[in-house]
Amino acid sequence: VRISFYGRLREVAPAGPVPPGVRDTGALRTWLGGERPELLDRSIRIAVNDEVIVGDRQLGDDDEISFLPPMSGG
Amino acid sequence: MIALQAEPFDAAALLADFSARAAGAGAVVSFTGLVRGDNEGAEVSVLELDHHPRLTEKAMAGIAADAAARFRLIDVAIVHRHGPLAPGEAIVFAAAAAPHRRAAFEAVDYVMDRLKTDAPFWKCERGSDGAHWLEARESDHADRRRWEAEA
Repeated sequence: VRISFYGRLREVAPAGPVPPGVRDTGALRTWLGGERPELLDRSIRIAVNDEVIVGDRQLGDDDEISFLPPMSGG
Repeated sequence: MIALQAEPFDAAALLADFSARAAGAGAVVSFTGLVRGDNEGAEVSVLELDHHPRLTEKAMAGIAADAAARFRLIDVAIVHRHGPLAPGEAIVFAAAAAPHRRAAFEAVDYVMDRLKTDAPFWKCERGSDGAHWLEARESDHADRRRWEAEA
């Protein structure tokens, strides 16, 4: 699993490799939120392989997970 | 046309090209957004615009397609920059071509409201006051909701 962070979360870095027990996006958010509680906020959306998801999604080895804070374009 | 780019663009040239291609249109409306030199009294020297390498362009294309369908446009264009920008520089260009003016005006308004809240861009202002990440304001979300109420 590759994890990337955007906007004000750019400087977030996971503490290490994703533990084997973390199998879906909800568990991933909870694990990362242990170090960075702001990731637990539901205003932070998650994309799996370039699709913003609603609810939780199983993680595959090749998945790319993006953490997206509230947006501000235009 | 959808373009996401670090390079500056010439809004007048974009509009001239867009109008020339808009065969059959009775109306072309365009909007150019510029970087402001201040925000709530604090001076801004650089606006840094973060984006997602694939999702951002995909979201821009989706917003353009939604606008084209909703307002029955002949054509629609969105050009958005990323990276560091200085005050006064053009950050976004949106244009719509339609048979009549109302659809073209509304389509550009709609595109801008959607870009504010639904496109993966993140703005960081640097200036006299340090660096601040911006998020869409409540007024931006209220603007966005107008289109849901009317849908």
